[in-house]
Amino acid sequence: MQAEIAVLRFGLGAKPGDLAAAADEPRAWLMAQVRGPAPLAVNAPLAPSDQVYAGLLAARDERRKMKQETAAEGADGKAAFNAIREAYQPHYRAQVLARAQSAALTVRPFAERLVHFWSNHFAVSADKGVVFGLAGTLENEAIRPHVAGRFVDLLTAVEQHPAMIAFLDNQYSVGKDSTAARFASRSRTADSRQPKRQFGINENLAREILELHTLGVNGGYSQADVTSFAQIITGWSIGGGKGRLAGGVPGRFYFRDNLHEPGPKVFLGKTYAEQGQRQGEAVLADLARRPETANFIATKLVRHFVADDPPPAAVDRLSRAFLSSGGDLAQVYAALVGSPEAWEADARKFKTPEDFVFSTLRALNVSPAQPEEVIRTFDLLGQRQYTPGSPAGWPDTSKSWDGSDALMHRVLWASRVGAKYESGAEPEDLAAASLGGYARPETLTALRRASSSGQAVALLLMSPEFQRR
Amino acid sequence: MPGPAQMNNTRRRFLLGAGALAATAAIPNALFAKTYGSARLVVVILRGALDGLAAVPPYGDPDYASLHRELAIAAPGGADGALALNGTFGLHPALSFLHERFAAGELVVFHAVASPYRDRSHFDGQNVLENGLTKPIGTADGWLNRALTALPRRSGRAGDRAVAISQNVPLILRGEASVISKSPLATPDVDEDLLARLADLYSKDEWFSARLSEAVQTEKMVDGAADLSVMPKASAQAGYPDRVGAVARMASELMRSDGGPEIAVIEASGWDTHANQGGARGLLATRLAGLDKGLKSLADGLGPLWPQTAVLVVTEFGRTAAVNGTRGTDHGTGGCAFLVGGAVRGGQVIADWPGLHRTALLDNRDLKPTLDLRGVFKAVLDEHMHVDANTLAKLVFPDSSGARPQPGLIRA
Repeated sequence: MQAEIAVLRFGLGAKPGDLAAAADEPRAWLMAQVRGPAPLAVNAPLAPSDQVYAGLLAARDERRKMKQETAAEGADGKAAFNAIREAYQPHYRAQVLARAQSAALTVRPFAERLVHFWSNHFAVSADKGVVFGLAGTLENEAIRPHVAGRFVDLLTAVEQHPAMIAFLDNQYSVGKDSTAARFASRSRTADSRQPKRQFGINENLAREILELHTLGVNGGYSQADVTSFAQIITGWSIGGGKGRLAGGVPGRFYFRDNLHEPGPKVFLGKTYAEQGQRQGEAVLADLARRPETANFIATKLVRHFVADDPPPAAVDRLSRAFLSSGGDLAQVYAALVGSPEAWEADARKFKTPEDFVFSTLRALNVSPAQPEEVIRTFDLLGQRQYTPGSPAGWPDTSKSWDGSDALMHRVLWASRVGAKYESGAEPEDLAAASLGGYARPETLTALRRASSSGQAVALLLMSPEFQRR
Repeated sequence: MPGPAQMNNTRRRFLLGAGALAATAAIPNALFAKTYGSARLVVVILRGALDGLAAVPPYGDPDYASLHRELAIAAPGGADGALALNGTFGLHPALSFLHERFAAGELVVFHAVASPYRDRSHFDGQNVLENGLTKPIGTADGWLNRALTALPRRSGRAGDRAVAISQNVPLILRGEASVISKSPLATPDVDEDLLARLADLYSKDEWFSARLSEAVQTEKMVDGAADLSVMPKASAQAGYPDRVGAVARMASELMRSDGGPEIAVIEASGWDTHANQGGARGLLATRLAGLDKGLKSLADGLGPLWPQTAVLVVTEFGRTAAVNGTRGTDHGTGGCAFLVGGAVRGGQVIADWPGLHRTALLDNRDLKPTLDLRGVFKAVLDEHMHVDANTLAKLVFPDSSGARPQPGLIRA
């Protein structure tokens, strides 16, 4: 079952030929995939984040104009909201389509799964208006280049990406003693008609970096550390604003010195000298070296690739690889692939809707042509792309996906996929190519007895062995 | 995989069933018929931490306006003012249905309330809210599921007694007792023949077999209610207020169906208002209006069942007393909760108010909790669902002796 495990558990499911390709050296087949960046496997015309963001800024201007024009008519702001959504919608659709096509076609499915893993670890959610068109750019611009690189580079790229900064509200976080705050309090006395505006930090990004991206919730930090870290990263912002927020290239990371809380700051017992943007980068570099971070990342990887309850021996192995290599992710993956716990034959992970859809595309050797298909599919199955809803990302345990209603939606989707299936391949051959030795005799019997090839496809996709990895 | 838990299920249920049966022998039949099995409970979980100081503004507190600033809700009377509850507290102006229920004596408002969790992680906070323990880890099941295993038996009706109105089951309802899930997203036209063949294909796999039969059972309950289901929207952003309504309508439809569940769990997200929270209008106001409308849909949908219904509305923790630097609020501790329904002895605000003076705040920033949410949960499960107090203390909420049940929340 070694080839099957490599392709089904570590990869995204078997395309015709995958099982044969992995058969000789399953471990080498995997490790060859995690060298260097992992760009999208398709040549998709995707706009980079700065262009997407520039579209947002233009839509905001438009909105402001519309508000002024319709103020007399008492407009409710809905049209203005739509202006932003319309600016973002084409980007979201293109990103979601490219993601599904890449998953369907890639010859590096292990690297692609790792991209998805990190994208979920560093989750942003497109159901927040400002993130809608940016979510996919985080994955493509910050995660794909560093997926097999050093953790500190991945971490820094993510925390300085406009999608993350906007999602966790850091662009407007202001130090109380920053030049902007002091200037504002001086000018306020000159013009007392202006309503008093309170300047201060927003601790959202700082807290989630510690809790969700590095140390983990039990990683030994206090509320004081959260507050201090939030002050350290005041000024981490996005270019292209107005007034106090003017400056920088629109849509690119921009350090706003005038919002930054000046001075040295103590974080986790260590004093960080004032050096502007680099003060926060120094903290990230230290966080990336801590054993709590190593353990947290190792636990999540083992949960994803081995079992909902991660075996401690495997976690320990990955954690040590992380620390001894200075966070070289390729070496962490080598420790994962080298873990015997990951190669036990019983498939323990119930597929998420993403796993299910991507492995179906590969099994049937098809790639979606329209964003609409992808969007409708994930809406139906309850995992709308890039919208985990919270910065914790989608849950990664079976119990979070195994509701009876969820199963019924999978049945419905599988039957629709079956009804559209037109290839001449025999269902039993499909089963062999997509499941190898995992195909049970009773499933093969059910496929033979099916009333149509469409029904056989639905039965194959809904078989317990296809639903697990 | 959840296989082993499923296997224990039968034995565990049998034991509990036998105990419950013995208990009923002493109770006159008429009382049994009237009480047991007739109560309905809905738990609404607001994920993301609702700002209790905006939803239930303590406008009478001298420090409120200066701390909550542009997010504060004005005293009743003026434009966009709070809806009055008593001399100190009001409701956010978007909560008009809840206010109506308060006047009708069907709403209890709790303030300065919290679960035993005292840190500020959403995810740990939600775990504690749902697992019923004092810490985020330690059990994989939820307090409502444990309560379910101890619910007095209902006469003459089989089937699962709780439903999650979502595709999957949230922690609060996970555990040994079998529960169903049903999202408002329709599953039309699933071919009967395919389902039969799948049942056959699953016969050797206990987990798949159980899930499929639950799904088929649930589909039957809503057979006559296809118009309540919604089809997926093609757009990537479904309107928020409508979504709570759709979920609430599905809950009420299932609860009204023959042999339907007595308990439902609804989830609503979007309360994590770190930036541009708004006051009487704006982001949070829109969310609250959606919730209020959703609760009205629930009441309307339950119709004749409303008099025997209690709805708990809870969140993982409150938010900072002071506005942050981005016109929002950060993670806090004490907050508010609601108990509404025809079975509720309402018209009261329950709050041992610690005040918002700097010296009264927890860690110099949060409303200090003075009431343990588990005391509310215990009282509702005891008075309304008739789970016995001993089971509540030992099985459902271990280590909760400090959280005394709040008496008098349910009408006699």
